Amino acid sequence: MADIPFIARGFHSKRPAAPPGRLPPGQYETRDFPVLSAGPTPRTPLDRWDFTIRGGDDTVRWSWQELLALPHETPTVDIHCVTKWSKFDTKWEGISVDTLLNAAEEKGLRKTAFVMARSDGGYTTNLPLADVTGGKAWVVFQFDGGPLDPEHGGPARLLVPHLYFWKSAKWVRGLTLMDRDQPGFWEQLGYHDRGDPWTEQRYQGDP
Amino acid sequence: MTEESETAAASPPRLAWQVASVVETRQETPRAHTLVLDVPGWRGHRAGQHVDVRLVAEDGYQAQRSYSIASAPENPRIELTIERLDDGEVSPYLCDVLHAGDGVEVRGPIGGYFVWSSRDEGPVFLIAGGSGIVPLMAMLRHRAHAASELRSRSRMHLLYSARTVSDIIYIRELADLSNDGETRVTFTLTREPASSDWKGERRRIDRAMLEAAGWPAKEGSLSYVCGPTPFVEAAANLLVEIGYDASRIRTERFGPTS
Repeated sequence: MADIPFIARGFHSKRPAAPPGRLPPGQYETRDFPVLSAGPTPRTPLDRWDFTIRGGDDTVRWSWQELLALPHETPTVDIHCVTKWSKFDTKWEGISVDTLLNAAEEKGLRKTAFVMARSDGGYTTNLPLADVTGGKAWVVFQFDGGPLDPEHGGPARLLVPHLYFWKSAKWVRGLTLMDRDQPGFWEQLGYHDRGDPWTEQRYQGDP
Repeated sequence: MTEESETAAASPPRLAWQVASVVETRQETPRAHTLVLDVPGWRGHRAGQHVDVRLVAEDGYQAQRSYSIASAPENPRIELTIERLDDGEVSPYLCDVLHAGDGVEVRGPIGGYFVWSSRDEGPVFLIAGGSGIVPLMAMLRHRAHAASELRSRSRMHLLYSARTVSDIIYIRELADLSNDGETRVTFTLTREPASSDWKGERRRIDRAMLEAAGWPAKEGSLSYVCGPTPFVEAAANLLVEIGYDASRIRTERFGPTS
């Protein structure tokens, strides 16, 4: 069915226009940092926290201190939530997913076409490998110069800013390498498997 | 699984934009309005789901927002209750400009986690902050439609925090629902003038209030918490502290959507 927009009688923009090319369709800019999650905020003490990459029967593990010892990057990026808000120029600090996957590969884990991010609280989200490699994704633990708040996913969350923000799994604890794509938590509940905001891949069935 | 449903699972149908007709608008409180919509070919929804609303201006500018469905799945029309935010762009349009007979674009229903069915057995604790009552109202209304044996197996307690008594949405319907002997409704007001004759609770939610309004933790109730982010964080953390199983607490947080 073709999407022919219906003109809303008497509706006009009340917002200043966003800079061209910055706001994906259907989004609006916010200066706040809204919070969305499906359940209570989990809290894992850092001495029991680790990050693992699993592939087949093998696991590569980093403790909190070992993760922090890897080279840091400080991306400044725009983020886009499927609930329609976008936030520009957010500043993060963390470890490139390339660094983690390359270290796992050196220890014998074969890279696969897809990964599943795993979080405390049971949350999962699936991503194509191409969307988390090539300098496009990070495991971040600082936001705006300070430690990441638990309600925003601290101690560490995934950051995949070119996809809708539910892909940037909060409270992330690891990645599982998968040869075939499998839907994660929201993806099983009707959200899109890839989630590109520029083509509005919000829900299953969106092009 | 039949071959047909396998095909459907492999390529889910797109949730298309549809032009709904506004059948009626109702002012619920000074800030909250309900839109009653007739959506042609609506396939039904589950209590707790939401829809996306899209407004397109003549110059092509568009705005989208998500709104929870307040009506029961049994209701062939969908009702959205919208909190009007004065400096917002979409909510003042929906509350002030739209009238019966107008059209408005919607797509949905959306969301498969913050949902409840009257076939889900066991006690339920609903906790609402402000307009967070809306998806919970769909659950209360859905339960009221169920057969009595299902209702007796899914008793509901609601704790609803609002600013003042005039900000309580659906106040009369909630009073009626709580007369069934199985539903307990507790209101608490955070900014009610001290001079008013309100006899109920008058403070922000706290542990004692959740313990009094909810179920004993050992009942293993399913909890749904909806409201502004700080409210939901506080309520969900308190439930975990009281001993509720974190995996049985479902939350929906919102910043005001303007």
